Amino acid sequence: MSSLGALRFHASVSLLGRAALRLDRLRTEHKLARMKSAGPHLGPPLMTSGWLKELISRHYLTGRYVRGVRKVAWVTSGAPVEHLKALGYYLMYPENHGAVCGIRRWGERQCLAAEDAGYSRDLCSYARTDFGTVLSGQTPVGRLPPPDLLVCCNNICQTVLYWYQVLAHHFQVPLVLIDTPFLYTEARPHMLAFVRKQIDAAVEVAERTAGRSLAPARLEEVMRLSHEAIGLWLKIMQTGRNRPAPITAFDEFIHMAPIVEMRGEESTVAYYRALLAELEERTRRGVGALQAERKRLLWDNLPIWYRLRPLSESLAARGVALVASTYTNAWGELVERIDPTRPLDSMAEVYLHPILNRGTGHKLATMARMLKEYQADGVLLHSDRSCKPYSVGQMDQQRRLAGELGAPALLLDADHNDPRAYSEEQAENRLQAFLEVLGA
Amino acid sequence: MTLAALGIDVGSTATKLVGVTAAGDIAWRRLAPTAPRIEAQAEALLAEARAQPGGERAPTVATGYGRKLVASATRALTEITCHARGVYRRTGRAGTLVDIGGQDSKVILIGAQGQVLHFVMNDKCAAGTGRFLEVTAGRLQLPVAEMGDMARAATAEVPISSTCTVFAESEIVSLLARGTPVEHVVRGLHRALVHRVTSLVRSLGPRPPYFLSGGVAHNAAVAAFLGEALGAPVERAEEPQLMGAYGAALSALEP
Ligand code: SF4
Repeated sequence: MSSLGALRFHASVSLLGRAALRLDRLRTEHKLARMKSAGPHLGPPLMTSGWLKELISRHYLTGRYVRGVRKVAWVTSGAPVEHLKALGYYLMYPENHGAVCGIRRWGERQCLAAEDAGYSRDLCSYARTDFGTVLSGQTPVGRLPPPDLLVCCNNICQTVLYWYQVLAHHFQVPLVLIDTPFLYTEARPHMLAFVRKQIDAAVEVAERTAGRSLAPARLEEVMRLSHEAIGLWLKIMQTGRNRPAPITAFDEFIHMAPIVEMRGEESTVAYYRALLAELEERTRRGVGALQAERKRLLWDNLPIWYRLRPLSESLAARGVALVASTYTNAWGELVERIDPTRPLDSMAEVYLHPILNRGTGHKLATMARMLKEYQADGVLLHSDRSCKPYSVGQMDQQRRLAGELGAPALLLDADHNDPRAYSEEQAENRLQAFLEVLGA
Repeated sequence: MTLAALGIDVGSTATKLVGVTAAGDIAWRRLAPTAPRIEAQAEALLAEARAQPGGERAPTVATGYGRKLVASATRALTEITCHARGVYRRTGRAGTLVDIGGQDSKVILIGAQGQVLHFVMNDKCAAGTGRFLEVTAGRLQLPVAEMGDMARAATAEVPISSTCTVFAESEIVSLLARGTPVEHVVRGLHRALVHRVTSLVRSLGPRPPYFLSGGVAHNAAVAAFLGEALGAPVERAEEPQLMGAYGAALSALEP
C-alpha cells in the first residue's frame, strides 16, 4: 500500500466522506419525515431509504479511492465472495453498477459506447454497460477501481464467461472461473464436490493475489454475517404477504443492493434489521406501500431499471401492488442452505442453487408457491431481451400460470438496461389491457 | 332512434364511431380514415354523434391507440376489452377472437360470460397485420379492397418466404421480375399473413369457435385461409371494423 494512497483514502473516505454522507443521510431523513407519501398514489416513503443511500454512496466512494489501499475484485452477481470478503477485498459488482447506470438513465450511452467498439447489440445490456464504462472511463458514480482479480461464476448465465474473458484481457489480471453444473433436477454429491474443489482453488488464487492467507475464523464470521443478512432480507420480503403490503417489489429492487454487494458486513445486517423493524411497524399500523391496494401481482425477471418510477406510479394509480418478485426472492430463498460452521461446503451448495441455475420447471414451481404465499392475483412476466436464461420458458409459464394455476399472466417485452428495446406505448397498452382483464 | 351511449375507436388507420340504443343495438355509425390531428377529428365526429337524438347526454367510452386523446370521453378502455365485448354481444358464444387491425393483431380468449380470459398481441412486427397487405398492395399497385378476392380466385400460389414486411416487398419485386403472375403472388402474400396470425392463435391453444374482427376481416381470403390453417371455420363478425367502437359503446352503457 502506498502511503500517499492510504492517506488520500483515509482523508477522503474515512474522515470527510463518512461525515459528509452521514450529514446527507440526516438531511434525507429529515426530508422523508416530512413527506406524506412517496408519490401521488404511493404510501409514505420508507424512512430507512436515507440509510440505504448512505450505504450505497459509501460503497462507491470507497471504490473511488480504494486502489492501492485494498485489493479489488470484480465479481459476477452469483459468484462466491465470502472468502474474498474475509481476505479484505473490495468487491465491485459490474451488474449492480449497471443497475445504477440504468436507474440514472446512463444505460443507453454506455451500451452505445460498447457497440461503437464493435460489441453486438444482442449481447446482454449489463455486459455492454460494463464494457461502455470500462472503455469510456465514464460512470455516474465517479470512478470504478480497476480489478486485481476477476471472479466469474456461470450459475446465472453463460454470457458472463465471455464477458469476464474480455475484462481479463483488458485489465491483464487473473480470472477465476467457477463452473456450476446446471441443475435439471437435484444437485448430486459429485456436483457439490466439483464446485467445492473449484472454490478451494479460487481461495488459493485469492490468497496469492492478496498476499495473505485466509483465516478460518474470519471466514466463519463473514459467513455468519452473510447468513444473518440473507435471513433478514427474506423476512423483509415476506412482510409483503400482509394486506396491504408494506413494501413492493419496486422498493425491493432498490433495497436489495446491500444484499448483493455488501453481504458479510456488520453494517448490512444492522441496516436490514432497521428496515425489517420499519416494515413490521408499518404492518402493525396497517400502512401499505400503496395508498389503496386493490390487486396484487407477482413480478418475474429483472426490473426495467430505467422505468422503475413510472411503472410503479402507473400501477399504484390503478391500485395494483407488486407484492413480490422471483428476482429479489432469489437473494433470500437459499438461506436454509447456509451453515456458517461449514463455510466452504455451504458456499458450494448455495452457489449451485440460484434460480437461474435450475430448470424452468423449478421457476414455475417457485412462482406457483409465491402466488399462494403472497396471495397474488396474477403475474407480470418481464420478457427481458437481454437476459435469455431468465426469459426462456416464459411463454409456456404464462400458459400454465393462466391455465392450471388460474393466475392471469402478462408478457411485457423490454430490456433491463437498454431503453431502445422498450416501447412505452405498446407496453402501456398491454398493461392496461391486462389490468382490465384482472378487473383492476 | 335515441342514442344512449357512444363508443369511439381511434385506430391507426381508421377512426370508428358507434352510437347504441339503451338496448345496446347499433343505431348510428361513422368511419373515417384517421387524420393526423386526432383530437380535432375525434371531437368533430363526436359532435356529429351528439347532434343525434339523445346523443348530447350519451356517455362516451374511447378505445384504440388514440383513446387517450379523446378529451370528451368519460372513460378509456383498450381494444382487447372492447373488441371482445362487441363480438360477444353479436355471437353470444365463448371462443377465440382474432382481431387483425391496421398495425397490430391480437388473439383474445372469450369466456362463457363474455369476459376476456387471456390475450396475446403482436405489436412488434407489421407482418401479420393490416399494414402488411397495405404495403404489399401498394407495391403491386392494387386496391387493398380487391386483394382478397384476387387471392381467392387465384389457381396457384407462390410461397413468400420472408417474414418481414419490408423484405416481402423486395421479394415481390423479384418474383414479378421473374414473370410470376400477380394473382399467385397475392395468394402467397395472404398465406404468409395468415401463417403469422396462426402461430399467435396456436400460442393460446386451439379453442374454437373462431371469430374474426378488425378491418382485415373484410378480406374473405384471410378468413378462409385462417380457417384452413386452424382446421375449423372462422366466422367473420358483421361490420368487423366497428366491433371495437361497438364494444366501447356497450361499456359506456354500463354504470
Ligand atoms: S444475461 Fe442475465 S444473468 Fe447473464 S449477466 Fe445478463 S442479466 Fe445477468
